[in-house]
Amino acid sequence: MRRAKRGVMTATLYDKLWDAHVVARHADGSALLYIDRQLLHEVSSPQAFAGLREKGLLPRRPEAHLAVADHAVPTRDRARGIADPQARAQIDLLRANCAQFGIEYLPLDSLRQGIVHVIGPEQGFTLPGVTLVCGDSHTATHGAFGALAFGIGTSETECVLATQTLRQNRARTMRVRIDGDLAAGVTAKDTILTLIGTVGASGAVGYAIEYQGAVVRAMSMEARMTLCNMTIEAGARIGLVAPDETTFAYLHGRPMAPSGTLWDHAVRHWRSLASDPDAVFDREIVLDAGAIEPQVSWGTSPDQVVPVSGHVPAGDAGLDRAAIAYMGLAPGMPIAGLPIDWAFIGSCTNGRIEDLRAAARIVAGRTVAPNVRAIVVPGSGLVKQQAEAEGLGMIFRDAGFEWREPGCSLCVAMNNDRLGPGERCASTSNRNFEGRQGIGARTHLMSPAMAAAAAVTGRITDVRALL
Amino acid sequence: MIPFITLVAQAVPILDANIDTDIIVPARFLLGTEKKGLGETAFYERRYDAAGHPHADFPLNQPRFGNAQILIAGENFGCGSSREQAVWALADLGLRCIIAPGFGEIFESNCAKNGILPLKLPATTVLRLAGDAEQGHAIAVDLGRCTVTGSDGIAVTFAIGDDRRMALLNGWDDVALISAKHGADIAAFERRQKDEKPWLWRSRDG
Repeated sequence: MRRAKRGVMTATLYDKLWDAHVVARHADGSALLYIDRQLLHEVSSPQAFAGLREKGLLPRRPEAHLAVADHAVPTRDRARGIADPQARAQIDLLRANCAQFGIEYLPLDSLRQGIVHVIGPEQGFTLPGVTLVCGDSHTATHGAFGALAFGIGTSETECVLATQTLRQNRARTMRVRIDGDLAAGVTAKDTILTLIGTVGASGAVGYAIEYQGAVVRAMSMEARMTLCNMTIEAGARIGLVAPDETTFAYLHGRPMAPSGTLWDHAVRHWRSLASDPDAVFDREIVLDAGAIEPQVSWGTSPDQVVPVSGHVPAGDAGLDRAAIAYMGLAPGMPIAGLPIDWAFIGSCTNGRIEDLRAAARIVAGRTVAPNVRAIVVPGSGLVKQQAEAEGLGMIFRDAGFEWREPGCSLCVAMNNDRLGPGERCASTSNRNFEGRQGIGARTHLMSPAMAAAAAVTGRITDVRALL
Repeated sequence: MIPFITLVAQAVPILDANIDTDIIVPARFLLGTEKKGLGETAFYERRYDAAGHPHADFPLNQPRFGNAQILIAGENFGCGSSREQAVWALADLGLRCIIAPGFGEIFESNCAKNGILPLKLPATTVLRLAGDAEQGHAIAVDLGRCTVTGSDGIAVTFAIGDDRRMALLNGWDDVALISAKHGADIAAFERRQKDEKPWLWRSRDG
């Protein structure tokens, strides 16, 4: 929050982003916020477009939106079209809605197609300092660029299409400082899982989190996106990292990023997007990076997580007991050594090039364990192309992985990628909810390197033994 | 949107913590493109077995809760995915108010956009109201006075933002309201931003 300190007003990054987008202030502290950018996908947009049609409205700024199909798309045999008639109709409708309302749509056969939260940054549609929304809770991802980005519902998607604004309550602010160094084999995924385990699944409801500290500064954009992506699993809709040279280097030359003198102008402004040194946060958390181990979720909520050297809880609490039963575990058993049926590498959390590189480093020279089905689903066509150029696709295929087309796939199991009841998956996705990967499916969240280690050993394994 | 002013109705308790929107509407039911008809899918895996037979003990399958218009829920209800289908499904079941110690933020906001009042109350109050629900006692919600009254006759006050309260009381649609009240503000904001941050205005924009 904005606070006077020794007579000087200080502001957090969140305050600065909020203040720069207030169109009108309301008496109860909420505000009408201007929304600079919206990403649209096939699942949360149809009823929003229908709403425009019913009311006889047009999008206020068609150029402020970018659409792509990701949730329901098949990840293999695309040349044969989409087998599921409902999925086909939903994707066709997105394309038709975009054509009717003049919104750019990245078609399924384009290299630029992929998961909304991968393609937004990739295209330079995501920029520091913007407000960016999408009918998807993992929109927090884009906060990695210092964008005020959050997930919304379909009614709000319609409101943004029609008015380019949203009524919002101001969040409280939380600083998560990550000091020290991450050990070899420990990643951004392990860091965010540790935080969620510490704060709890509802511990950050109502907050906007800003990630700071030496570890965050040293992170690539891919790692920062992983960190911000799962902020919602602690309850906060917004996760922020102040932009810096790493951010600018990532964005420079991207198709939708500014260029020439506009680029210089933008960067000058972006450099001001940081919390003031003595800014006051409503809550402070410090994580010691050196103490973080590779993490594995054992339960059905992302805060039910332990280090790979840890154990399933004793099951004294009712919630734990229910999760242990659903997951087919025994109270107190070690998490390492648990046999798996599937390994899934992909999603808006871990479907980027760096994630595939980390997994491929473990997979190289090894093969997928018998009885394990392992799939890699790149986050976008461009990620897939780059991975193939670097020889990663070959490494995965040679090891026995299926090398798929981009989409959300097994993270949401809306297409034909689905686990059977009771099947257990080492997954780089973001949610281990009941039934998330299929009815009765059992999901263990972990990093790409850990999922790769599980795939080649057939069980949950400490990746540090394979480095 | 149907205005929400007062409601006196029976309630159904589903008190587990962290009920996520994947439990409320599993993802495989999200392929439709309509808001209507989602009630059948609500809590599907908890309501039905693999063969599609109802679990008799699940509250929504019990005839005594058949007329409930209030849901008494647990901590962090509606966390996870932003899918508004979760709210449309609950609305389709006839629910008008959800009382819980806490909500997933996006879900809470989605409720209010669909004429469903999300009410945050202390856990002890929620448990007391769940007791009323079990006994079949009606619960009274008055959004004008911001009170909830259970079988003990004591009116408990709740907090809600003025904006959300007025929108629910009047059944206001956001798009119409914003366009009517703030059209000039939005245009002024855009002129200023175009001038100060021209890189945000891509070339094909007007």
